[in-house]
Amino acid sequence: MLCGLFGVLLAATGAHGAESIVVGSKIFVESHILGEIAAQRLESVGLKVERKLGLGGTLISYEALKVGELDLYPEYTGTLIRAVFEETDLSQQALQDKLQAEGLVLQENLGFNNSYAIAVPSVLAKSRGLNTVSDLIAHPDLRFGFTHEFMNRADGWPALRSLYNLPQEAVGIEHALAYRAMASGDLEGTDAYTTDGELELYDLVLLQDDRELFPRYDAAFLSRLDLPPTAIDALEPLAGLINEQVMQTLNRKVASEGRSPAEVARAFLLERGLAPKQEEGGAASGMSALLAEVGHHTLTHLRLTFAAVSLGCVLALPLSMALSRNERWASAIQYFAGLVQTVPALALLALMIPLFGLGERTAIAALFLYSLLPIVRNTIAGLAGVDPILKDVAASLGMTTRQQLLKVELPLALPTIMAGIKTAAVISIGTATLAAFVGAGGLGEPILTGISLSDNQLILQGAIPAAVLALLTEFAFSRLTQGMVPAHLRPRR
Amino acid sequence: MREQSENTPLDEEPLRLAGVSKRFADAWVLKDVSISFAQNATTSLVGESGCGKSTLLKLCNGLHRPDRGSVSLFSSPIDYDALPKLRQRIGYAVQGNGLFPHLTARDNITIAAGLAGWDGPKINTRLDELLQLVQLDSALLDRYPHELSGGQQQRVGLSRALMLRPSLLLLDEPFAAIDPLTRLEIHEQLLSALRLEPATVVLVTHDMREALKLSDEIVFMNEGGVHAKYPVEQLLAQFSGQEPELMVRSVLADSSL
Repeated sequence: MLCGLFGVLLAATGAHGAESIVVGSKIFVESHILGEIAAQRLESVGLKVERKLGLGGTLISYEALKVGELDLYPEYTGTLIRAVFEETDLSQQALQDKLQAEGLVLQENLGFNNSYAIAVPSVLAKSRGLNTVSDLIAHPDLRFGFTHEFMNRADGWPALRSLYNLPQEAVGIEHALAYRAMASGDLEGTDAYTTDGELELYDLVLLQDDRELFPRYDAAFLSRLDLPPTAIDALEPLAGLINEQVMQTLNRKVASEGRSPAEVARAFLLERGLAPKQEEGGAASGMSALLAEVGHHTLTHLRLTFAAVSLGCVLALPLSMALSRNERWASAIQYFAGLVQTVPALALLALMIPLFGLGERTAIAALFLYSLLPIVRNTIAGLAGVDPILKDVAASLGMTTRQQLLKVELPLALPTIMAGIKTAAVISIGTATLAAFVGAGGLGEPILTGISLSDNQLILQGAIPAAVLALLTEFAFSRLTQGMVPAHLRPRR
Repeated sequence: MREQSENTPLDEEPLRLAGVSKRFADAWVLKDVSISFAQNATTSLVGESGCGKSTLLKLCNGLHRPDRGSVSLFSSPIDYDALPKLRQRIGYAVQGNGLFPHLTARDNITIAAGLAGWDGPKINTRLDELLQLVQLDSALLDRYPHELSGGQQQRVGLSRALMLRPSLLLLDEPFAAIDPLTRLEIHEQLLSALRLEPATVVLVTHDMREALKLSDEIVFMNEGGVHAKYPVEQLLAQFSGQEPELMVRSVLADSSL
C-alpha cells in the first residue's frame, strides 16, 4: 500500500538527467568547498553537473553514493575506516578493496589530513597550561560540547574518553553553534577539524593527540566505480594540490570572510589555472533575487509539506476509521505510528534513501511517516469520544454502519480530526527544514547552510518564512474548521 | 384520514423474548426471561435501578444480542444481519433525548426518512403531522438541540421516533428529565398520537404514575428477571387507595401474586 502511494510521487517528482554527474557534499564548510571545487572543475571541462551539497552527515552521503543518487563526494579515509567499515585500521589497499566490493573507489588524496582534534580557547590553554589531551585529566570542571556525530561514533568521544580517562561530561551540539558557544563562554572545548577556518577567527588552539587516538583523515573524492573517465581525468590535477594550510585558508574565507563556497572554489581553481576565466556569472543580485530565492524555497517547502500531509490523510484517515471499532487494532496502529515518531529525523531520512533516493521523495516519505501519529491518534480519539447514547440512537434509527459513521460519528469527531491534521501540518512544516539534509531543498536549505556558514542573514531567510508558514497554516485550519463545524461544536480557544 | 401504520399486518406477534439471558463480563443482568408483548398495547417495565430494564429494551432492537435464548420481532427471530431494515419499523427514544447536536431539529426528525429513501414532499407531509401531534412550533425546526428547552427537545426526540410510523415504539425513560407540567402535556400528546397511529409500545420508567397512566400492562422486574405482569385495571383494583410509588414494593414483596 505504501509502495502504491509512493509510486504516484515517483512519477510526480521525476528523475534527474542521466548524463549529468551528481556531486554531493556533507553539511560543513570544508565539504561544501571541496564539493564546489569538484563541481566547477568538472564543469570547466564541459561536463554537466548537478549539485547536491550540504547533505546531512556521513550516513546519508555514503548511502546516497552507494545507491547511485550521487556520483562523488569528498570523504576522509579515517571516516571510512572507522565510521563506515567499523575497523580500527586499514591499509590503503585494504580500504580500496572494501570500497570496490561496494562499487566505489577513492580517488587520489587531495593533500591534507583533516583529523579530529580537541579545540580550546587559547586564553584558557594558557591559564590552565593545556597543551595535550592528557592535560585535560586535571581539569574536570571544563564543559565540552561535541558534534552529534563525534558524540556517537565509536572513534569519537567514547573512545577519547576511555583512552585518556577523561572525567568531563559532554553535550551534543551542532558544529558552528559550538564555536559560538565557546565565544560566549558557555563551552570550553569542542571537537574541531585540524583544517577549520574558524580556529583562527575564534582564537582557539588544538590540543595535541599525544596518545594518537585519531587516525589519519586524508581527504579525497569518493566516487562510484562507473564514474566516466573524462571526469576522473578532470579531477586528477587536484591530487596533492591542497595541503592543510591551503585548506585552512579556504575554510577561513567562507567561515570568517562571509564568502560563498562557490566563490572561494572559483577563485582557487582560477588561481591554479584549473578553470577558464569567465565573466562573473550573470547571477541576479539585490532584493528581487533574494525574494525569488525565498519564494522558491517557500514553494518547495509547501510542496513537501502538502504532499506528505495529504498522503498521511489518504492513508491514516480511512485506516483509523476502519480500525477504530476494534480496540486491539486501534491500539496497534497507534503504537506503530508512535514508534515511527521515536525514530530520529536524520536516521529516518537515511533509512529512506535506499528506497527513494536523494531529494523530495525521501523527504516526503519521512514527513509522511511523521504525520501519521497526530492524524491517527486524533481520528481514533475523536471517534471513540462520540457519546455512546448517540451511537445507539443512530443505530436504532436504522442507519447502516457506514451511515452511522458518515452521518453521526464523523461529523461529531470532525473538530478533533481537523485538529490532528493541523498538528500534523504544523509539525511537518517544522520538520521539513531537515529535508535539505537529503537534497530536497525547501526552507531548511538556507537555515542549515546558514548554520554551517555562521550566516545569520541566511538563517533568517529560512526561519522567518517557516514561522510565517506555520502561523498561516494555523489560521487556514481554523477558517476551514469554521466552515465545516457549527459554532457550538467547535473547540473553545 | 391518516394512513394506517404501513408495516403492521394485523394478528402479528410484535415482540417476544424466549428464555433470554444476557451478561456483561461475568455478571448476569438478565436470567432466562420469557415475555411476550400484545399488539398495539402499551407495556411499562418498572423496577429498581439496575434490574435490567434498559438492557431488556436494547435486546428488543438488536443493540444487545442475547447470550442465551432468542428475541423475535414481528413473528420471526431477529436477523442480526438485516438490522437496519428491521429497525426502520421500530421507533426509539431515550432519556436526555439523544438528539444529534450537529443537526437542526428538522434534520434530527427527518434523517431516518431521508436514509430510508422517502422523497421530499412525503417527508414534509409527515413532518407537519408530527408537529401537530407533539405541538411543536415549526419556527423551532431550524434550531440546534442546545437552543431548545428540555420539553422542546423531548418533543423533537419523540417526533424522530415516530417519523417512520413504527409499529413498535421503544421508550427508555424519555420523560425523566423534564419538568412535571411539561411531562403531563407530553403524556397527553403521546396518548393522542397512539390513538391516531396505534403501535406496540414498550416503556421503561421508574415513575409509577406515568406507568399507570400510559400503559395497558405493567411488567415488574427484580434483579435479573421478570417478577410479574399485570393488566393496569387489575392493579388499580387490587391496590386501590395505595400510593402508586409504594405499589412496586408491594408487588415485588408479594410472592404469591
